[in-house]
Parts: sequence; structure tokens; C-alpha cells
Amino acid sequence: MTVQTESAHRKDQQADGPVLEAEGIRKAFGALTVLNGVSLSLARGEVVALIGPSGSGKSTFIRCLNMLETPTAGAIRFMGRPVGRRFRDEPGATGIGTLRRRVGMVFQHFNLFPHKTVLENVTEGPRIVLGLDATAADAIARDILAQVGLAEKEQAYPSHLSGGQKQRVAIARALAMRPDVLLLDEVTSALDPELVGEVLTVIRRLANGGMTMVIVTHEMAFAADIADRVLFLEHGVVCAEGSPQDVLINPQNDRVKAFVSRFNQ
Amino acid sequence: MYKWDFSIVTQYWDLFLYGLWITTLYTVGSIILGVLIGMMTCGARLSGWKSLNFIARVYQETFRCSPLLVQLLWFYYAFPLLVGITIDNHVAAMLTLSLYVGSFYAEIFRGGIVSIEKGQREAAAAIGMSTAQAMRRIIMPQAAKRMLPAFINQSVIQFKNTSLVSVISVSDLAYMAAVVNGQTYRPLESYTVMALLYIAVLFPLTQVADWIERRLRASD
Ligand SMILES: Nc1ncnc2c1ncn2[C@@H]1O[C@H](COP(=O)(O)OP(=O)(O)OP(=O)(O)O)[C@@H](O)[C@H]1O
Ligand SMILES: [Mg+2]
Repeated sequence: MTVQTESAHRKDQQADGPVLEAEGIRKAFGALTVLNGVSLSLARGEVVALIGPSGSGKSTFIRCLNMLETPTAGAIRFMGRPVGRRFRDEPGATGIGTLRRRVGMVFQHFNLFPHKTVLENVTEGPRIVLGLDATAADAIARDILAQVGLAEKEQAYPSHLSGGQKQRVAIARALAMRPDVLLLDEVTSALDPELVGEVLTVIRRLANGGMTMVIVTHEMAFAADIADRVLFLEHGVVCAEGSPQDVLINPQNDRVKAFVSRFNQ
Repeated sequence: MYKWDFSIVTQYWDLFLYGLWITTLYTVGSIILGVLIGMMTCGARLSGWKSLNFIARVYQETFRCSPLLVQLLWFYYAFPLLVGITIDNHVAAMLTLSLYVGSFYAEIFRGGIVSIEKGQREAAAAIGMSTAQAMRRIIMPQAAKRMLPAFINQSVIQFKNTSLVSVISVSDLAYMAAVVNGQTYRPLESYTVMALLYIAVLFPLTQVADWIERRLRASD
């Protein structure tokens, strides 16, 4: 293959190939194996819901996707390029920094920066990581805060916000990086029931807008509604995978059936 | 009834003021050096490098678990014999005070940093910040706020601790009070003036420290 066709090939891959891939991810904490060969290939614009019982490894897996956890074995590929120090010598390998700049994450417990205002929380990434000037970063941040319905809160500190507002700021903070992929780990689990809706609305709007997302959630109806694909994880392996219809509504696997039925009552 | 006579003592104002100046100098100097030592020690403790952590730990515990007076005597009288050099008493005093306060600062700094939730580091990493950027912009500003009351408190105590350098003949306030007493044979007046001078400096400082602590607490 000539140099030219190879680079043309890579371009094709970037346009049509998976945005983010996990290949045979294994993760062990000491003697405890939490993930035992989990793979996922994420196409652009796809929404994947990750479900499973507590302790099945959902958080660990989604954290492997942006390398907050280093996989014990297996590979993460971003735009077809292997990520991480282990692949340093492979052609086309990319760094963890690049991955994290382009793959956003929202956490269950928000993790907002308490010493910064809402606006500063959102501009921090664009300014410090992307190197934008204050005017440009503020413009991006205001635009995104308006999208999540928090334009009037930009000068507030996180401690003065409700849980739902905090989580929307956290989503805005991730979006300000203009990510290719958004990872959401049980982002409504720490919220009072009446505040869940406002956050789900924002996520639904993102999904409709074509954002590529991996969502860990216990909101089965929501997952069935917005996901293109559902992965059921148990004991660190994918037990079932398919459309929401196949996995959530008409589960074939007994384990999945039992799990899902508990939520449908 | 004892007849107080401060006029004898006040003739020696210049000696007291000189002593106070030296005390201030040793306090400020040892605080600055102590901060540097404390930061390096804290860095070593958090470096994740086992041998470095161990060395830092040995230093810290040695200085935190022995009296300052003992350290001063050891550094001035014993250490020179051990390494076969002579150490100027001023150098020994400044060094010991700095190492002493540095061992406490290191623990204050470390405690402040590790008290910041892991989620803060992760959130910074998740938007692509480097470890250094996360440290400088996310962890340190929050940690500094938590450290400040303990840091100020330790620094105020340091002002008192300097009085011990008089035992190795550094002419601080305590030493000068003894000098005045030697001249006047008026221990009651000499040492009362000394005590009042310490209080005159420390009382406002502790008030400021309390005020800062209250303000920090209110801003949470
Ligand atoms: N840093 C760690 N060190 C040791 N064990 C860990 C660590 N992180 C996770 N684990 C273990 O890995 C297992 C899977 O945890 P994980 O958080 O991925 O599960 P989960 O599916 O997200 O569960 P939940 O629904 O409760 O959030 C658990 O047994 C947990 O105790
Ligand atoms: Mg979890």
C-alpha cells in the first residue's frame, strides 16, 4: 500500500469507522477481576445504554473508555487509533490527553469545581485545555449554558444550585469541550426524584441532536426510549446486547429478564 | 510589699526592641524556609515514590516527635562533633527552627491536599487537564483554603517557639530580657516587660487568625 492510499484509508476510517472502540477490556483490582473482556464499538451519533446489576462493572468500564481507569488488558481506540502509553510505539497511537479532550464525562456526583462560578466551571476546559481566550470561552460557555437552561445562573457558585442544576452545569462543562463522545455514569442517581426529569430532558435533546453517547443508567424506560443499542453487563462480561426492543422489552436471557422485570413493577 | 520600678528597666528599651527585632527576624525567616521545606516534604510524601516518601516521613516524625529545645541543643552542641565542623549559633538556630516548623507545615499541606475529594482530580482529568494543571487550578486553590487556619496557627506558635533560641545565645527577646536582668538585678520588671512584649505582638496576631478562620468558614 502506498503512503497516499494509506492516509486516504485512514481518513475514510475517521469519517465512517467507529468513533470509540473498546476491545477485550479486562480490569482487575488486585485479585478481583471486575471486567473480563468487554468490547464495544461506538459509531458516530450512536447512543449506547449500559445496564446491569450493582457491582457488575459498569462504572469501571465507562471509566476505562476515557482512561480514568487503566485497563489491565485490551485496547481503547479513538478514531481508529490505539490510546495509551502501552501503544506508544504503534503507528498512529494517540495520547490519553487527546482522548480526554474529545471524550467528555459526566459523573454521578457532579464533581463541579466548588471554588469556581458556573461560568468558570464551563470555561475552564476551553481556556486551560484548548487555549481559547476569555472572550471566546465565555461565548461558548454562555451558549451552552443557555442550551441547558442555566443562562441566568452563570455567576452562581455550585453550592447554591439544586442537584438537577448542578448536573446540568456538569453536562455543560463537558459539552464546552465540543466532545465527539459523551460518557454519562448514572447522572441522575444522586438526584431527588423530582429533579431527574430536567436532566433527562437535556440528555434526550443531546441524543436527538446526534451526540454520540454511552449512558450508564438504572432508568430503564429512558434507556429503552433513547438508546440505539443496549448492553447488559454482569460479572464483568456482556451478557446481552442488542436493540432496546430485544434486550429491555423482550429479553431472551433469563438473567436480563429477571433484572429488567424488577424495574418494570 | 515589692516596689515596682519600671524606670530602671525602661532605660534598656533599645535592648528589648533589638531582642524583639531578632525574634521577628527568626520567626519570619524560619517561616519562609519552613514553607519551602514543608512544600518539598509534602511533594515527597505525595510523589508515590516509596523511598522518597520514607525519607520524608523519617524527617517529619523526627522533628515532630522531639522537643524543639532538644533539637536546638543537639544541632548546636552534638551535630558539629558528629560531622567535625563548627556551626555558628545563628545558623544552628535558624536551621533548627526551619526544620522544626517545616515538619509541621508539611503535614498541614499534605492534609489539605489529600482532603480534596478524588472526584475533583477526575473531573479535571476528564476535561483533559494535565496533572500539573489540575493541581494548580483545581486542587491547590481548594486545599489552600482548608490549610490556611492550621497554617496561621502554626506560624503564630512559631513566634513563641523562637524564644528557645536564647539557650544557644541568640540575642532574641528572651535572651535580651536576661541581659537586662543581669544589668539591673530586677527580674520581676525585666521578665514582665518581656512577657508583655510577647503578648503585645501575639494577641493581635491571634485575633487576626481567628478572624480569618471565621471568614473562611462563613464563605463555605
Ligand atoms: N478502585 C477500586 N479498587 C478496588 N475495587 C474496585 C475499585 N473500583 C471498583 N471496584 C470494584 O469493582 C466492582 C465493580 O464496580 P463498579 O463501580 O464498576 O460497578 P457498577 O456496575 O458501576 O455498580 P453500581 O451500579 O453500584 O454503580 C465492585 O465490586 C467494586 O467494589
Ligand atoms: Mg457505578
